Amino acid sequence: MDYRIIKKSKITEYLNNLINEYVIFAPIEKDDIVLYDRIKSGDEVILDYSNSVNSPKEAVIPQLETLISCKNNEDITCVKEHLDEQKRFLLFGARPCDARSLLFLDKVFNDEKCRDVYYMNRRNALTIISLGCTRPQETCFCTTTGGSPFSSEGSDLLFVDIGDDYIIQVITEKGAELVEKLDLENTQNDELTKMDIVINKSKARIEPEMELKILKDKLDSSFEGSAWEILTEKCLSCGICTYHCPTCHCFDMIDEETKGKVERIRLWDSCQFPHFTMQTSGFNPRPTYKERYRQRIMHKFSYCFDNYNMAGCVGCGRCVSQCPVNLDIRQVLTAFYGKHEEIRL
Amino acid sequence: MKNLYLPIPMKVENNHIETEDRNIKTLTLSFLNNKDEETFNFIPGQFVELSVLGAGEAPFGIASSPMDKKHLDFSVSRVGLVTTELHNLDPGDTVGMRGPLGNGYPLEKLRNGNVLIIGGGFGFSTLRAFTNFILHPQNRKQYKDIAVVYGARNPGLLLYRNELSEWEQRSDVQLHVTVDKGGESWEGKTGVVPVIVKELSIDTDNTTALVCGPPVMIKFTLPVLAEMGLAPEQIFLSLEMKMKCGIGKCGRCNIGSKYVCTDGPVFNLAQLNLLPQEY
Ligand SMILES: Cc1cc2nc3c(=O)[nH]c(=O)nc-3n(C[C@H](O)[C@H](O)[C@H](O)COP(=O)(O)OP(=O)(O)OC[C@H]3O[C@@H](n4cnc5c(N)ncnc54)[C@H](O)[C@@H]3O)c2cc1C
Ligand code: SF4
Ligand code: SF4
Ligand code: FES
Repeated sequence: MDYRIIKKSKITEYLNNLINEYVIFAPIEKDDIVLYDRIKSGDEVILDYSNSVNSPKEAVIPQLETLISCKNNEDITCVKEHLDEQKRFLLFGARPCDARSLLFLDKVFNDEKCRDVYYMNRRNALTIISLGCTRPQETCFCTTTGGSPFSSEGSDLLFVDIGDDYIIQVITEKGAELVEKLDLENTQNDELTKMDIVINKSKARIEPEMELKILKDKLDSSFEGSAWEILTEKCLSCGICTYHCPTCHCFDMIDEETKGKVERIRLWDSCQFPHFTMQTSGFNPRPTYKERYRQRIMHKFSYCFDNYNMAGCVGCGRCVSQCPVNLDIRQVLTAFYGKHEEIRL
Repeated sequence: MKNLYLPIPMKVENNHIETEDRNIKTLTLSFLNNKDEETFNFIPGQFVELSVLGAGEAPFGIASSPMDKKHLDFSVSRVGLVTTELHNLDPGDTVGMRGPLGNGYPLEKLRNGNVLIIGGGFGFSTLRAFTNFILHPQNRKQYKDIAVVYGARNPGLLLYRNELSEWEQRSDVQLHVTVDKGGESWEGKTGVVPVIVKELSIDTDNTTALVCGPPVMIKFTLPVLAEMGLAPEQIFLSLEMKMKCGIGKCGRCNIGSKYVCTDGPVFNLAQLNLLPQEY
């Protein structure tokens, strides 16, 4: 692997150098919370944060986007595609779990049989610089889902905090290109030793809690049964967990007529909403919170293995910290896994 | 890269009322662009997303046979926004279409065997497409005995009545049209679909059944087929779930790990038996 080093104090300057060439998404502080958002200047960025409240999926699946449109008085033969040439896009300071989440989204949207051109245009324009986690939070469980606080999967460059500097791991061609552009220095041996210490210390703080293959078997055999009802009783079906989740990708498509235009819009939707699967006849295969929450868990920890051979969860912990009724996905999983006597079913 | 969300433009050739309650109309469309006509190849059982700009999109099974390359039929039951707009279309109007989507009926597996076609309600539309396809002179000899059981609640709700009379005349297809409740002028069979199926005498060894219709019909027909000796691998069902994208992305049509829009809508019973009962 190729390594480079960069002074922390230089980050702002480097970002400002890139800002004309890239649209840059980075963690910023807004109304006391940390969010990934588009920055106008390098000094907006904060890097001393645990994780952002929103996930960076907005960079590839915007909350709302126009797919096609035409004027009110036109018909289907005049439809315009909204496929603008994408400016190069830089996601700076993503956490390793979030970078991995893009590999998952690729499985869905870059499926060779049905490629999603809107997603692919943004994805191809995207470079991801991640920041390894020296202090995983209480809600993090990336190692359980196959990641780690310094996983480089999905990243083009990975930054490791060693005090006054970051060590940069150059993961991909795209990353190498960027490093060349910034003309960054090579690393010394003692700096790499420091890096290893930081990484090992952090990894030791976050041990995997379950074996995913075993978990899948247990979930598959527990589809029926009252456990779901008991465990998810407090769920409000508010869908917050899905909006914050970096891997949740369900969407709706609606037509909207405004200002002399008809637009077909795609927007985030949630499997936690009752109308999501409601059929025209009025029949709903997932009528209550129980079936809907079960869908969310089964999708991420069973169906995704069948379809993509990876979990549909990267363990970022957002659904844990954002749920208004503290329904902790880890507790639900552990209950099925049967690890802790007190909540074994 | 093809834009899978971009509908191709279609022209309305005809939009005719099928049922006495005027709730189902059959829409006949033709291609506005020659290139689309050339590249649009489908197998019976597949569906498309039809769209009326401003109202949105909805999925519909293709009701015509692929032997007709110039026209596509859709039988649309009016229930809401998009279907009402589709009912209001006149010849000459334009409509958007994305597809073909889904897997369709298992043509390979059906070849050289007997086919038992069982349908009810507008679910009969793709079975009509399939029946016309296999009855076509170019295809008929690839299939052995063909039996069709088709039911509606009352005679006024039967679709494709002219075609049913044509099939009636043919000696190479056994047609059983039935209604739940006849009325005085009805001379045909009375009784629900499963009861009629029970009365059939067929060689189950080499028979594949295709079933599409309302949930109650399916629920009571499956045990009858099992009793007759059909294995789960010999029974194919076309399913309906709420859909939006039709290409396995929007996440709403799954049954377990299968997406009905891409892995289906046609599944055999053996496949379905492995999936959770959530449909
Ligand atoms: C693979 C497939 C093939 C199909 N083939 C056919 C076919 O050949 N012919 C056919 O007629 N149909 C077919 N359908 C069904 C058809 O797609 C639906 O009837 C259609 O989507 C309805 O669209 P709409 O906009 O008209 O209805 P909508 O406006 O979406 O509403 C339909 C009905 O549901 C109610 N409703 C809507 N939203 C809600 C809600 N959130 N809560 C409660 N009630 C609600 C409305 O009041 C209305 O009565 C098929 C479906 C699938 C999946
Ligand atoms: S688990 Fe929590 S966040 Fe998710 S829908 Fe239920 S109440 Fe809302
Ligand atoms: S399910 Fe929860 S922990 Fe897993 S990726 Fe989504 S938000 Fe993060
Ligand atoms: S309809 Fe969108 S995933 Fe099947």
